[in-house]
Amino acid sequence: MQSAPHVEFRGVSKTYDGRTMVVRDLDLRVQEGEFFTLLGPSGSGKTTCLMMLAGFEAPSSGEIRLSGRSVQHLPPRKRGIGVVFQNYALFPHMTVRRNLAFPLEVRGISAASRRQRIRQALEVVRLDGFEDRRPAELSGGQQQRVAIARALVFNPSLVLMDEPLGALDRRLREEMQFEIRRMQQDLGVTVVYVTHDQQEAMAMSSRVAVFHRGHIQQVAAPETLYEEPEREFVASFIGDNNMLRGHVRKAERDFCDVETPGGTVRAFPVHGCRPGDRSVLAIRPERVSLTKPGVYTNEFEAVVEDILFIGDHLRLRVNLCGNPNFIVKIQNTVGHSAVLEGDRVRIGWSVMDCRALPDEEGGSGPTPVNQQGTENRSRSAVDAGKPKTGRTNDSVLAQSHREDGV
Amino acid sequence: MALSLAAARFRAAALTLPLVAFIGVTFLAPLGTMLVRSVHEPLVADSLPDTLALLDEWDGTSIPGEKVFRALGLEFQELHKQRALGGVATRVNRLETGMRSAVIRTARKLRDVNPDSWKEAVIAADPVWGEAKAWRALQQSGERYTARHFLHALDLGQDSVGKVVLQPPDRRIYLPLLGRTLAVSIVITMLCLILGYPVAYLIANSSTSKANLLLLLILVPFWTSLLVRTTSWIVLLQNQGVINDLLVAVGVTTDETRFPMIYNMTGTLVAMTQILLPFMVLPLYAVMRTISPSQMRAAAALGATFRQAFVRVYWPQSVPGVAAGSLLVFILSIGYYITPALVGGRTGQLISNLIAYHMQQSLNWGLAAALGAVLLGCVALLYCLFNRLVGIERMRFT
Repeated sequence: MQSAPHVEFRGVSKTYDGRTMVVRDLDLRVQEGEFFTLLGPSGSGKTTCLMMLAGFEAPSSGEIRLSGRSVQHLPPRKRGIGVVFQNYALFPHMTVRRNLAFPLEVRGISAASRRQRIRQALEVVRLDGFEDRRPAELSGGQQQRVAIARALVFNPSLVLMDEPLGALDRRLREEMQFEIRRMQQDLGVTVVYVTHDQQEAMAMSSRVAVFHRGHIQQVAAPETLYEEPEREFVASFIGDNNMLRGHVRKAERDFCDVETPGGTVRAFPVHGCRPGDRSVLAIRPERVSLTKPGVYTNEFEAVVEDILFIGDHLRLRVNLCGNPNFIVKIQNTVGHSAVLEGDRVRIGWSVMDCRALPDEEGGSGPTPVNQQGTENRSRSAVDAGKPKTGRTNDSVLAQSHREDGV
Repeated sequence: MALSLAAARFRAAALTLPLVAFIGVTFLAPLGTMLVRSVHEPLVADSLPDTLALLDEWDGTSIPGEKVFRALGLEFQELHKQRALGGVATRVNRLETGMRSAVIRTARKLRDVNPDSWKEAVIAADPVWGEAKAWRALQQSGERYTARHFLHALDLGQDSVGKVVLQPPDRRIYLPLLGRTLAVSIVITMLCLILGYPVAYLIANSSTSKANLLLLLILVPFWTSLLVRTTSWIVLLQNQGVINDLLVAVGVTTDETRFPMIYNMTGTLVAMTQILLPFMVLPLYAVMRTISPSQMRAAAALGATFRQAFVRVYWPQSVPGVAAGSLLVFILSIGYYITPALVGGRTGQLISNLIAYHMQQSLNWGLAAALGAVLLGCVALLYCLFNRLVGIERMRFT
């Protein structure tokens, strides 16, 4: 049993109305001691997964296991999982001390032991001295700490957090990110964390599962997600990416040539590809350079439409290969002022920095759209309305209209 | 700037003036009049000023002298001429049974006489004037300001030396009735709470559309006339009514032993609970709606059973609603009139029915007013008690 993952989802699906699948055929393994984040836009099914894990929702099919044991028929109170809720769910009529004592009292832990554990838990979240305050007398950040202390005070080995920092302002949020990470590492507990904030996920997690439309798109460490996205959604959701759409003309093992409206681009085929496939290319703005001829495999001439001065870097917007919003990020170093709006520049990038992914938005992907909820539908409408490439745009619209039954 | 703000605030306040005037005329003024009426009764004093002035020097035990009899005789003649004797006779009669007919008979017999000895003539008209108790009754009913009605309303009386004492148990009417009214109100409040709490919980934890439907069902009774609802209880509960017929049909009881469920306390309890239930459910719902469902989830996740979670997390947070609903139902039921009057029979009457009786039948408005004031005092006392126990500012009614 030692080798069984702490948390395991086996083919879990969830539907509330029998038609719309919120989570579809999900497999997931979280190891002991991991800080595992479920990341995705709202309505992607991540919170539902968390609620099923905590026991507040039952999977429509499939199975959830904790340390190898199925928890199918285990009510929430018997799962022994600490849960930090989105709005903390502190008990407003109890002091901090009584909030923390609650899980200990219902477990029949002695008063002396309770006192000691409460003191320890408050030390961990650095809130000693606040025992007799009520939640309403605490700031948002302090309430957050109490909620975490309450989830930890009965020594659970697994803690779930549902967008715990959503209600805090930016500065406090960053501070709490470090705090939560530190506590998790000090205590060695497994954390399953839900957020829609990709920066938060990247900063805190040992691994991240990216959710989209009830599916996990990719599970990987933050660096891997950024450097090696395997799906179009991941590439567009994590960080900035320039997306170019086209058809594969020539496919080799190490590279493929993709024909875009503005010319042929040589790219790295992530999943392999065959000539004729629709493909979408993802290129990070910081991996694109202004160049002299003959340096890169992929080089194009383009007119600078806009220049955005950020401070440490500049963002140039060019119309390239069918993407009118192709961004080039250049460091603010000596000589950058040579580039002006309306200038004709030469832009280049290497093959390895250009990942060819299956084109899912174009309609050939494995995700049928007709089972989506309204939120997903509106999202696909947004995607379809965003002019990505001149040529495929119409067909994308037509596709989504047909599938939405509009 | 500050000036214009103050002006704006004043204008806003001025808009409430019609309401203030309305409340003043239709609520505060009648209330004040009634309260005054409970202690102020000038009719006898105004009708018999000379007699009462002379009685001031009377020792209270002997028979008064000729002067007093003469004043009485002349004033009776005058009142008889003005046909204003009835009110006086009624009021004196409240203090001494039999005095109504005595007063009227005396006045009729003295109509056109002018005797040498008024004393003889008056005693001849009705021998009761030869007794001190008649004069005591006359003197007491002539007091302009009196605590008599309040004493009466609390079943207190004055003994022969004027000490305030409790009436003997068999002559107490209002205290037992007040006690019964309080007891019935408490029972109805408890019934409403027991029946309403789960309903409010269900509505508060339903989806919006389902909650709206359920609230609609709660509110439907409000759109039905109170009389219709009360009389429909008669249809259901009476001896030959729907429920008894049903019970006989399924063999729970026989034709001879039908349950008496109406025109008694059962009828009052059932009908009033049904009528007052929304006043419990709505404040409860208003409070429960603000308790996040994640509270119960959090308690469950922390290891509590449903019972523990409810008792320690949910119930304490719903107490302001419980208090508001209970206070509302209690205060409404303590003064409830129409339903007990229709379905209460003899044993299901409450204090307000007796107030109505004194207003409409016995025409003893002073006593009715005193009973009303006692009731008002009870409500005020309870409000203070609630405020001390729960804190009014913590209550939420909507």
